[in-house]
Amino acid sequence: MSSKPQRIEVVLETLIESIALAETVGMRVAAEAGFGDDDQYKIGLAVHEGVMNAFQYGNEQRRERKIHLTFELHEDRLVIQVVDQGSGFRMEDVPDPRDDENMLEDSGRGVLLMKAFMDEVDVLSSDSGGAKLVMAKLHKK
Amino acid sequence: MSFKASVRDIGDVTVIDMDGRITLGEGSDLLRDLVHQYLGKGRRKIVLNLAGITYIDSTGLGELVSGYRMVKSEGGEIKLLNLNKKVSDLLQITKLYTVFDIHRQEAEAMASFHT
Repeated sequence: MSSKPQRIEVVLETLIESIALAETVGMRVAAEAGFGDDDQYKIGLAVHEGVMNAFQYGNEQRRERKIHLTFELHEDRLVIQVVDQGSGFRMEDVPDPRDDENMLEDSGRGVLLMKAFMDEVDVLSSDSGGAKLVMAKLHKK
Repeated sequence: MSFKASVRDIGDVTVIDMDGRITLGEGSDLLRDLVHQYLGKGRRKIVLNLAGITYIDSTGLGELVSGYRMVKSEGGEIKLLNLNKKVSDLLQITKLYTVFDIHRQEAEAMASFHT
């Protein structure tokens, strides 16, 4: 029988400082969950990118909007949610930055990095219509 | 550690030695300004020495690309030097290793510029 997952919720202001703060929290939660140094870095960067996306695009740098960051520690995985108060986006609408026509763009690599560093990444719509980014990192057996 | 940079002019090559993090709000704007500033001085051969860079995010990668575009549009060349494993992995994931000329030794980077 699996036990109820431990849940940690952080509400962040839409400030540039929230990005590094979220990264630090993500790395500490990952360490507590038993992930090694390399995975802690990868989880931290994925959280960094997710919160940066919420800061820039979702909440459009509007301080009155909040970013809800949630960690759920399951037996076999760490699940992370980043919820913003923007208008949402669909994963399939994000261009692949590795395509020739996008290679020299300044932006658009965050989702690719999150996908590379996490085992599962999906974008859902939150209750308020914002983006609900859900990422999971599995414990290696 | 926040971003720090120092600049060396060696002949007609400008080497920008960087330390710390290149992320949104930590170094990305400074890097762009530095490249722009030295291009404005007529420096067209630029080496970005990333030996001291401990962390880079997608915004930082975007600033490297922006620097590449700026220098190329002025008829110059930009080289990357001394990437650590984390930065190297990010360039592999994003395929940016196909864009940049990357070197491990400064002398090799210096010699790689076309005259």
